[in-house]
Order: sequence, then structure tokens, then C-alpha cells
Amino acid sequence: MNRTVLDFWVGLFVAIGIASLLFLALKVGNLGSFSPSQTYVLKAAFDNIGGLKVRGAVKSAGVVVGRVSSIEFDPKTYEAVVSMEIDTHYRFPRDSSLSILTSGLLGEQYIGVDAGIDDQQNLDGSQLVTRTNSAVVLEKLISQFLFDKAAEPPAPKP
Amino acid sequence: MNRLKAILTALGHGITERLWRLGFAARFFFLLLVHSGQTFSRPRLLLREIWFSGVLSLVIILVSGLFVGLVLGLQGYETLQRYGSSEALGILVALSLVRELGPVVAALLFASRAGSAVTAEIGLMKATEQLKAMDMMAVNPIARVVAPRFWGGVISMPLLAALFSAVGVFGGYLIGVVFIGVDEGSFWSQMQASVDFRTDIMNGIIKSFVFGIAVALIAVFEGYDSIPTAEGVSRAITRTVVTSALAILALDFVLTSFMFRGL
Repeated sequence: MNRTVLDFWVGLFVAIGIASLLFLALKVGNLGSFSPSQTYVLKAAFDNIGGLKVRGAVKSAGVVVGRVSSIEFDPKTYEAVVSMEIDTHYRFPRDSSLSILTSGLLGEQYIGVDAGIDDQQNLDGSQLVTRTNSAVVLEKLISQFLFDKAAEPPAPKP
Repeated sequence: MNRLKAILTALGHGITERLWRLGFAARFFFLLLVHSGQTFSRPRLLLREIWFSGVLSLVIILVSGLFVGLVLGLQGYETLQRYGSSEALGILVALSLVRELGPVVAALLFASRAGSAVTAEIGLMKATEQLKAMDMMAVNPIARVVAPRFWGGVISMPLLAALFSAVGVFGGYLIGVVFIGVDEGSFWSQMQASVDFRTDIMNGIIKSFVFGIAVALIAVFEGYDSIPTAEGVSRAITRTVVTSALAILALDFVLTSFMFRGL
């Protein structure tokens, strides 16, 4: 085997191997989509987080602005405390509210940020955000519906 | 009584034999690491082995990766469309390839394509007394013959697994988007939303690296330890493929249970 031919093929092999790693990282994985350089931490208390997971997205107006970094249970208030890392470019007014939403009917859950109107003060990590809406639990929704249905007067029979 | 004694002796002999072999393999691995310095100071030896185990395995890896991706696309679509979520095809194909099929199937193919070739080469060198001749010329056969083959395999394996996964995802894309007509945007975006770089892709790379070490070590050890006859070498090659396959699947279970617990 000629030396230069061998070098060429080994070089090509390593190059396309690394290229496919990059393809996996950038196109298949989420490395390219959101990797903030600097973040600040927000903490929020929720009554029920449903199926929210660590590394779940935090979105505002549908744009990813951060990721969930940890989820803990507070044994004093019986609430879930969710910490998120938000990109420092994005600041939200103090009276913003957080809700747990679902992408699509059966998709993964994420935190949606609805910006408030207080332009004097912004949210920072110093205090717990309590203006929150919990995840919708399907069983509760169904039992509510059945309960309302039972409370209604029966429809007159034709 | 004598019969029982004979049975117990045979059992004990079998166990000590295997333990002795395991210990020999461990010492061999240690010796190999000690003599690895020459491999990296003479890159030409290493390049030749990457050529043999990496470049020559490209065809089988690329073609099998493509077909595994195509099959995953077809089977995944059949199941997912029953639940009306055929857009999740991208997630299914990418996660199964990156986490499991990529490293495992690439390693199995690598063991049977490159591992067996390495065992045959070293075994024949031993049978024709080339290793002894090297020793006579004060050339350490472990540093000159064994270590470059080992490191060539260790370097090639993660690259081959990544190629396998990438080609497989492309195969899933071909079937899902081009032939069946799943929406292209949701195919890629749902895939990107649920495949995580750290938990999924990095763990796949770590797996393929561990498999590379296991397969390369088994291949060079079986070759070096083979009985230097035609029959001995052929048995060593068989043992390489069988032991590698078992080691890959067992290691895969152990690694998976460490990596993906609680997900």
C-alpha cells in the first residue's frame, strides 16, 4: 500500500467519523439549538408540576429562553420548587406568571412565561416566584367534568 | 467416592484454568498499556492499523447502518401511526440508534470484521514464529505488533459507531420523510427536542469507546494466546467473535443500567 494513499484514506475516515459526530450533536441532538453562555437562576413554586422533567424547556411566547435545572419538593409548603436557568439576555417583569404547559396533546411539558406589565422591577433569583399555574392533570379534569355533568338537571326527555 | 473426587477435580480444574486465563489477560492488558508509548511515537504503525480495522470496515458499517435505519423507519412508522403520532418517528429512530443500536450493532460488526482479522493476523504470526523472531531481534512483539492493533481498534470503534448512527438516522429520514411522507419539519424538530447531547449522544460515545476497548483487547489477546497450529488459530478466531459478542451485550446492559437509570 502506497504511503500517501493510506494516509489519504485514514484521513478521510477520521474526517467523516468526526463529521458524523458533529451531525449527531448538532442536527440530531439539541447542542446547537440552545446553549446559553450566561444564565441566571429563577425559582418558582408550583402546586403540581405534572410530568415536567429536569432539562425541560422554559419558553416565552414560544421561544426557548432557558432550561429547568432542578426540581425539588418543599416539605414545609407541600409545593414543588422548580429552579430554572434563564439566559441573561432575557429579563422578565416582577409580576410575570409561570405556567406548566404541554406541547401538543401528548407532547412533553414545559414552563411558559407570561410577561407582566411592571417595568420597574425584574424577576431575579432572590425570591420565589409564586404567581404560577400548575400543570393540568387529566384525571382531575375528567372528574370535574363528570361532577359538573351530575350537578346539571337532567335533560328533558323528548 | 473416587468418582466424586474425579468430578470435583475436573470442576476445580476447569475453574482454575479459566481464572488463570483471566489473570493472564489482565497482566497482558497491563503489559500492553506499559508498551503503548511506542505506538504513539511511531504514528505510521498506528495509521496502518486504523486503515485495517477502521477504513476497511467502512463498507459493512455504512451499508448495515443504512439498512437498520430503513427498517427502524418502516417498523416505527407502522406502530406510531396507530396512535396518530407518526411525527414522533424522528425521536424513535434517533434515540434507538444513538443510545443502543449504533454502539452495539457497530461493535458486533466490528468484532466479526476487524476483531477476527486481528486475531488471525497475530495468531498466524505466532504460528509462523514471527513473534519469536522479533523477540530474538530485541524487538518487543507487544510494543511492535500488539499495541498498535489494540489502539487502532480503540480509535476506530467510536468513529464507526457514530457513522453507523448518522447513516441510520439518514435511513430513517429516507423512509419516513421521502417515501412515506412524514412532515420533514416535525421529524427533525421533535428529534432535536428530545435527543439530549449529554445524556444520549455522549453516553452512546462512551459506550462505543468501552466496546472498542473490549473488542480490541479480546482480539489481540486471543491472537497472542492462540495455540500455534492451523486448528488453534481457527479456534482462537471463533473465540474472539463469540467472546466479543457476549462481552458487548453484557457490557451494554451494565452501562445502560448505570447511564439511563431514572429516565
